[in-house]
Amino acid sequence: MPRTRKARNPNQVVCLCHLYSQTRTGISRFDSVALKRVNHPKCVEDCVCGGIHKIQTVSSVSREQMEDDGHVEPLSRKAEWSDVTPLPQDDGPNPVVPIAYKEEFRETMDYFRAIYRADERSPRALRLTRQAILLNPGNYTVWHFRRLVLEALDADLDEELDFLQQIANSNSKNYQLWHHRRWVVERLGTDARAKELELTKKILSLDAKNYHAWSHRQWVLQALGGWEDELDYCQHLLEEDIFNNSAWNQRYFVVTRSPFLGGLKAMRETEVRFTVEAILAKPQNESPWRYLRGLYKDEIEGLVNDPQVSSVCLKVMNTKSNYVFALSLLLDLLCYGFQPSQEFRDAVDALWTSETHPLDSDLAKAICYILEHVDSMRASYWMWRKSKLPLTA
Amino acid sequence: MGELAVDKHVHYILSVEKRKDSFESVVMDHLRMNGAYWGLTTLDLLGKLDIVNADEVISWIMKCQHESGGFAGNIGHDPHILYTLSAVQVLAVSNKLDVLDTDKVAAYITGLQNEDGSFSGDMWGEVDTSCKNLDGGFGCTPGGESHAGQIFCCVGALAITGSLHHVDKDLLGWWLCERQVKSGGLNGRPEKLPDVCYSWWVLSSLIMIDRVHWIDKEKLVKFILDCQDVKNGGISDRPDDAVDVFHTYFGVAGLSLLEYPGLKAIDPAYALPVDVINRIFFSR
Repeated sequence: MPRTRKARNPNQVVCLCHLYSQTRTGISRFDSVALKRVNHPKCVEDCVCGGIHKIQTVSSVSREQMEDDGHVEPLSRKAEWSDVTPLPQDDGPNPVVPIAYKEEFRETMDYFRAIYRADERSPRALRLTRQAILLNPGNYTVWHFRRLVLEALDADLDEELDFLQQIANSNSKNYQLWHHRRWVVERLGTDARAKELELTKKILSLDAKNYHAWSHRQWVLQALGGWEDELDYCQHLLEEDIFNNSAWNQRYFVVTRSPFLGGLKAMRETEVRFTVEAILAKPQNESPWRYLRGLYKDEIEGLVNDPQVSSVCLKVMNTKSNYVFALSLLLDLLCYGFQPSQEFRDAVDALWTSETHPLDSDLAKAICYILEHVDSMRASYWMWRKSKLPLTA
Repeated sequence: MGELAVDKHVHYILSVEKRKDSFESVVMDHLRMNGAYWGLTTLDLLGKLDIVNADEVISWIMKCQHESGGFAGNIGHDPHILYTLSAVQVLAVSNKLDVLDTDKVAAYITGLQNEDGSFSGDMWGEVDTSCKNLDGGFGCTPGGESHAGQIFCCVGALAITGSLHHVDKDLLGWWLCERQVKSGGLNGRPEKLPDVCYSWWVLSSLIMIDRVHWIDKEKLVKFILDCQDVKNGGISDRPDDAVDVFHTYFGVAGLSLLEYPGLKAIDPAYALPVDVINRIFFSR
């Protein structure tokens, strides 16, 4: 169970010299070995450290962070960083395939290296990691260090979620972002649940198959709950796009695991009906055919004996269009022992118009033969299936 | 059918990381080790590895190694299992594995294994668990949608450890061959668009389970060739999209698996040229 956390004191004060911070437990001193204390020219008030520094509440620092977005003033010109010696990247004496970095990126990373080497877990380090992340969200070292800083500062993790939210849209497939988000949510617990379901819903509205978003959503449901509306959500996505395999997969996830629905067996009948409808609407859609088989997982006899299943194959074959998946499922039913009525034989015969190559009298063999021709990319597969059929007497 | 524009692709690979002011150069920074693997292995498959100075590559790679034995994506970054793999692969391709303290690297990797058998990406735990699904495929987590990339990782791991008997090859083979769409390309999940990189993930999986004859190989070759930028070099995810070194590698590697003439053979499990693998195993 994820640990829950009490809301942070929004009035925690932090001195901009980053050497002291006043928290609920008192005043603590950062241990920043590589840095020297310097009087900042901008400072207007005494701070608890005894130097002459500006005092701000952490929440207003965050606002300042946001206003800083897009601001490209070099760090070397900022008084705040004058005590830090940036560390350039050491590519060695003869760098192979040297990368030509943009100036802003290079400088940000030079300062990051200095802070990282000094292990300075301060508010300005937090801001710097944000800048580095905005420039290159794939840098896993920066994300890792940011987590250390967040912990050291006992930072407001709800605000962290907001930060992630801001950059989620343009980084919706970034492994580090999702990993970081999970780390944050683990610490916030069930309070974060609604936000997570909302965020993943938003990402999925832009890309309904985003694997990261789905993985995160599944994790949230299992760790924090929130199953109540999930089936409806799947329904909504499928109404938007019946071909969305991710939504079908999620539907299966909900139907089999939701504590509110009673499990697969209880849901089976209505789900079969829903799936059959989807198939009849778009028989060329691979997903509902797979879903149908999934509904009878480990219960082959049920699949064979459910009249809805065999009948949907028949109906689709009779339309004489988009019948490949129907033939494939019927083939499997026959292999599992399904006893076809004459209707099935007639429907299969009607799909084959050649007189020079008549169909085999064995229905399963006939189906394989048709599939070799109408699904010719997979001809080898259908020939193999035919070779595996039991020899007819 | 078009042809593979070998010289153009070589030129593209050599030029890509030197481009100024490119978005790519910034976001490639932390995964330069992967980029080195994609670029150098492609050059080797094309028979052009001698263009690169092996000593310079090795010296940079070793600077990426940490005390733990793991390798980072670039100098100054933290070690991670993904970049450790790429580093070892690049050293293998360059025939310089002898520079490694193999026990040390092995200790790093085994140190990342969790109690449930899964591996963390790094000390701080991005975990890649997997689960076999009822369609024969593998998702990234239990209940996760079957995905060809994840399938490759699972099948490859099982192949390397001699454990392919755990796979239902017929069922998985069928799911995989259903990835081939009308254009001849392969997708990674049902009802998604084809992408050249799946020419690797799906194809190598099919080869490892002996079911590659279940797809139409000729049509796939044509699809990959159609994804080339024959003017500027490089291969993209699908025809007419922008190229990148990642898709260039997977396109060439896919063609190698399809036995396209003039390319070195590539091992489907290790994703390295077969002669490199033989060199390693026969030298023991």
